[in-house]
This record gives sequence, C-alpha cells and structure tokens, in this order.
Amino acid sequence: MWSENTESSMNNTDLVRQSLKKRYLKEQIFKAVGMFSIVAAIVFLIILLADIFTKAMPAFSQTNIELEVTLDAGEIGVGTNPTEQDLMAADFRRVIRNALAKQFPDVKKRKEKRELYSLTSMGAEFQLRDMVIDDPSLLGQNIKVEFMADDDVDAVIKGAIDRTLPESDRRVKDQKLAWIERLEQSGQISKQFNWHFFSSGDSREPEMAGIKGAIKGSFFTLLVTLALSFPVAVAAAIYLEEFAPKNRFIDFIEININNLAAVPSIVFGLLGLAVFINFFSLPRSAPLVGGIVLSLMTLPTIIIASRSAIKAVPPSLREAALGLGASKMQTVFHHVLPAALPGILTGTIIGMAQALGETAPLLMIGMVAFIVDIPQGITDPSTVLPIQVYLWADSPERGFLAKTSAAIMVLLFFLVAMNAIAIYLRKKFEKKW
Amino acid sequence: MNEAVLNDLAEPNKPDHAGPETEDSLNIEYTDTVGQPLCEEAKIRTKEVNVYYADNQAIHNVSLDIGENEVIALIGPSGCGKSTYLRTLNRMNDTIDICRVEGQILLDGEDIYTKKQDPVLLRARVGMVFQKPNPFPKSIYDNVAYGPRIHGLTRNKSELDDLVEESLTKAGLFQEVKDRLDAPGTGLSGGQQQRLCIARTIAVQPEVILMDEPASALDPIATAKIEELINELKENFTIVIVTHSMQQAARVSQRTAYFHMGRLIEVGETDQIFTNPAHELTEKYITGRFG
Repeated sequence: MWSENTESSMNNTDLVRQSLKKRYLKEQIFKAVGMFSIVAAIVFLIILLADIFTKAMPAFSQTNIELEVTLDAGEIGVGTNPTEQDLMAADFRRVIRNALAKQFPDVKKRKEKRELYSLTSMGAEFQLRDMVIDDPSLLGQNIKVEFMADDDVDAVIKGAIDRTLPESDRRVKDQKLAWIERLEQSGQISKQFNWHFFSSGDSREPEMAGIKGAIKGSFFTLLVTLALSFPVAVAAAIYLEEFAPKNRFIDFIEININNLAAVPSIVFGLLGLAVFINFFSLPRSAPLVGGIVLSLMTLPTIIIASRSAIKAVPPSLREAALGLGASKMQTVFHHVLPAALPGILTGTIIGMAQALGETAPLLMIGMVAFIVDIPQGITDPSTVLPIQVYLWADSPERGFLAKTSAAIMVLLFFLVAMNAIAIYLRKKFEKKW
Repeated sequence: MNEAVLNDLAEPNKPDHAGPETEDSLNIEYTDTVGQPLCEEAKIRTKEVNVYYADNQAIHNVSLDIGENEVIALIGPSGCGKSTYLRTLNRMNDTIDICRVEGQILLDGEDIYTKKQDPVLLRARVGMVFQKPNPFPKSIYDNVAYGPRIHGLTRNKSELDDLVEESLTKAGLFQEVKDRLDAPGTGLSGGQQQRLCIARTIAVQPEVILMDEPASALDPIATAKIEELINELKENFTIVIVTHSMQQAARVSQRTAYFHMGRLIEVGETDQIFTNPAHELTEKYITGRFG
C-alpha cells in the first residue's frame, strides 16, 4: 500500500515536471514576442521623433544680416514730426536698398540690383518701420540694424543649399553666393533664436511665417469645444447611467452614441458646413464653427468615458448615501460624481487631444484658408495647428520644410502636455476603495 | 395557505450520498410560520409580503412584527431572502429596477409603500448599516456630518460638532479618532470603519436601524465590539439584524426569525429558538446540518 502510493506520486511528479518544461517554454515565447513588439514600437517612435526633430531644428534659428541704415526723414518720405500713420505709409524699403547698394557699390545693372535687394527678407522694411514707430527719435540717425535674411540666404547659411554644386544645379547663383560670402567675412551675418516663429502669423515668405496664429486658433477652437461638449456629455452620461429607465429607447440611444464615435470625422465637417455655415450663417473659417463641429465629434468620446467612470463607482457608495436618506440627485452629485471625476476628466482631456489633432472636418468649414492675422476671438478667421502643418507641407518653398516639422513639434508638445495633465489628474484624484 | 412543498426537485435522493444533509435532501411540508411572529407593541408590521425579482419570487408571504426597542435577528441559509426582506423595510429595493414588492409594510401604522410615502423621509427614519463597511471617501467628520447636513438637522456649526461627537461616542469610536477627525474615513481599520458607518447612521437619529450582516467582514475582536455596541444601541433604537452567525444572534437579539427559501419558518424568543426549536428545519439549521 505504502510503496504503491509512493510510486504513483513519483509518477505524478514526473508528469508535472515534464509538462512544466513545456509550460515554461510557452511563457518564454510569449514574453519574447511581447518584448519584441515593445522594442519595435519604441524604435519606430524614435525614428519618427528623430526625423521630425532634426528637420525642425533649422526653423528655430533665424539668419540675420547686419546693415548700417541712414534713417533720413526726407528719404523715407515723411516730415519732421511724423505721426504713426505717416510712418505706416513711409518707404522704409528704400532705406534698406540704399544700405545694400552702399555695401556693394559695384552692382549697377537693374537685374543684378533686384537680386541684391532680395538678400534681405520682404519683412525687413516692416521690422525697420516697427522700430521707428517704437522710437521716433531714431529718425535722422545712422544705426546698425540686424535685418531678417531672405529664406535663400538662410538656406545657404544653414547648409540647406550646397555651395559646392555647379551653378546650374543651385538655386542661389554664383553672384549672390559671392555677396553672401562677403557679408559673412565682414561678420555681418549672424544667427539667433527664431522668436519670430512664435510671435507671428502665417506668411507666404518662409522666414516670416510664424505659428502664433495657428496656436491661438487651436486654443479658441478647443475652448469652444470644451465649453460645449464637457457639460453636455457629462449630463448625458449621468442621465443615462443613473436616471434613465432601462428600455428599448435608451438602448437605441446608447447604440447610436457608440456609432457616432465611429463616424468618419469629415462627415462632421460636411454637417458643419451645411448646418452651421449655410443654414445658420455663422462665420466661415472661425473657431466658433470649428469648435461646434469638433464638440459634436468629441461628445461620444466623453460620454462613453464618463459612463464607464460612473459605472465603476462602487454601488456600496450609492447605497451608503441612499441609506442615509440622500435623494437620488444628492447621491449623484455628492458622491458618485466626485468619485467618477478623475475618469471623466481623463476622458475629456483625451477627447480634447483628439480634437486638437483633427484636420479633416475643419478643412470643410474653411479653416484651411491662408490667414495672416492672428485671431483675437472665436469669430475671427483662423486656422489650427494640424491645418498649419498641412498648409506648410503643401508649400513649395524650401524654408517651409523645416517650418512644417517645427509645427508638428509644437503640436506634439501640446498633445503630450495634455496627456500628461490627464495622467496627473487621474493619479491625484484616484481614490482607493 | 402555504402548502407548497419545499423540495420539488424531480431527482430523488441518492441513498449512498454521504456528508451533511443539504436542502435538497429535506422533504418537509411547509406550513404557516411557527411561533410568535406578531407582537403587541409593533414598530414595524409586515403583512403577507411577497418580493419578486422579475419573475423570480424571493419572499413568500412573510408576516412579521418588529417590536419597539427590540433587537430581532434574522437568520437562515444563504439565499433564503433575509437580506431582501431587510431591504424592503426601508425601500432600498427601489433602486433595483426589476424588484417588485407586494403586501403591506407598516411603520408606526403607516404603509411605507404608498405613493404618498417619500422614500427619502423613510430612510431618514429607518437607517441602514451594510455588510461591507462603506464609509464615504471623505473625512471622518464629514462622514458623520453628511446625514445631518442633507436633512438640515442642526442649525449651526457647533450643534453639528456636538452631534458628530455624540454619534461617534455612541458608536464607541470617538476616543480612537478624536485627534484625527479630518483624516479620511477610508483610512480606518475594517472594524473602525463599520463603527464609523454606525455612527453615521445614528447621527440622523433614526427610529429603526437595519443591519445587514454588519460583522461578517470583521475579525472576532472587531465583531465583539460591534456586538457590544448593538447591546448599547437597543436602549434607543429598534434594531433588525441579519446575521450568518448563530452565536451572534444568540448574543445580541431578543427575538429570532428563521428564514428558509424565501419563507419565514419560525419566529420566537431567541433562547427558545436556540434551545428548543419548534420546527424541524430550524432545528436542522441551528444544529449545523445544512446552511
């Protein structure tokens, strides 16, 4: 009896040992597959980020050309005590051209002169104008000013145009290259951080184009989206979870909300165009309409997230409140909602991040227009970050290549920041049961 | 009236089946409730109560009186309907959509299931303590003060402070937490949490307290404290306690009601039920032959 028992138990141990080997092998394989997936994902992410980062770097610095200009009141065409309006109309371009001509006195031909004048950016005259408006006492003085260089000059300095290529293959011809090299030798060319990129709106000239208009446009659009979708979505989620009777009609609504989350976003754009712009005559290209359209898109996301957050609140908490004689409303607002808030906020921020990156519906309502002015409110024409990326990526000028990547970086920065806030809020308000 | 056969299983008992008898192996004809389900000074009278979950009947024709300032224990095997019955007494079953209650439940002679009767008011009069301690994720003070606040029981802060202190003292918790009333209630130990829940319930000054296995999630020492507390509370409150522990029922209650498969089998003085049960099912249950 005893020996029989031992024998059978020995057998069992052996059997288990045999199967163990197989089980551990399976586990090892599964772990390896998982690790491979993660490594692959990280590698792709690094490649993507490295590509964007390296391409974007040139956009963050700006080449300047230092020139000595004579701000003669007569030459720019204003009187001795010019008003701001006079200065706005004054001819500052001439001053800069004179300065360039003085620097390179050997340039005589008209065609060559035109080339010479294109060394500085079109924005240089506005730069000078703003300086004089800020400080009118500069009039009549000789001053040294660092002017924004043209995007071709910028490209040469940053090495984007190869100087060793034969002239016929090069965008910047030999003569212009020689001028640039002379300016370089005399130390008149310098590079500085491109504040301009963050402080101005869009432009046709790459060196003048900035992202502020798109950032503000995105901000106003998201503001409208948040203001509309958050209260509506949370109220809908509370009603559906806590108050709605369980019947077919509510089931039908539920299915439709889930379907709405899967509708292609461009359809919402068409709806926005047809309903808000054509029927209600709301302004075209405005963050107001963009926000309304995006809130339609974000609603189902927030409703679904809020419902699952509310559902996850333990029933014992509701019972505790009801058992004390709290009304349904008090139970929901005093206990259920605070407990569900981290989940609701996370869902909302993720919905907002989605809205921030959304492009297609906004194309339909005209936010793809070329807008130079920085929007001051929700009814001003504006564009948003992802559309700015799209617009710049579509531009032929070389300088926009870096701008595109830089805009993507800004967009990614905001997305990461929003997700970080979502995680922080969840961690902070998370309650242990 | 009640001539249903408890065991209506088609399958016959296997003669070689060893081990304790199960409900299936009992073949006892059910009659009316045995013992004294009625009493003279009833706080709550329930008459022929039937409870259904959709088509499933959970409570069959239960008629039971709960006397003023008595502790009555409801015992019985799992799924016998004692918790369901308890929850009908303050209409907590209203929160379950498919639940339907028939019959009369009178609190001080007033039917609590009429349209006129407000469940919010009812629950202020009939408080409840749950099986698992469920303090709000707020401070200890706010846990106790919540009920008085929503019902507007106190006029100012100092009255509320007094009420909180009094309730915590009655629940035997004040000495342990007086220095950390601002600490979260969820940070207390299991037994302390349950006493906090009792303090929270008595702060509303209900007339009846329903307790649904209040000590089942607690260790013996915490359980002893809760039982001690129940013995003190019975001076001021009518207490209905559901319990799985027969020793607990014997220790805290004056009367005991035995439920079996949705029916009230026997009601009587606790001493009598545990020493000399009148019904065969009660006897089998308390001697541990099933359950």
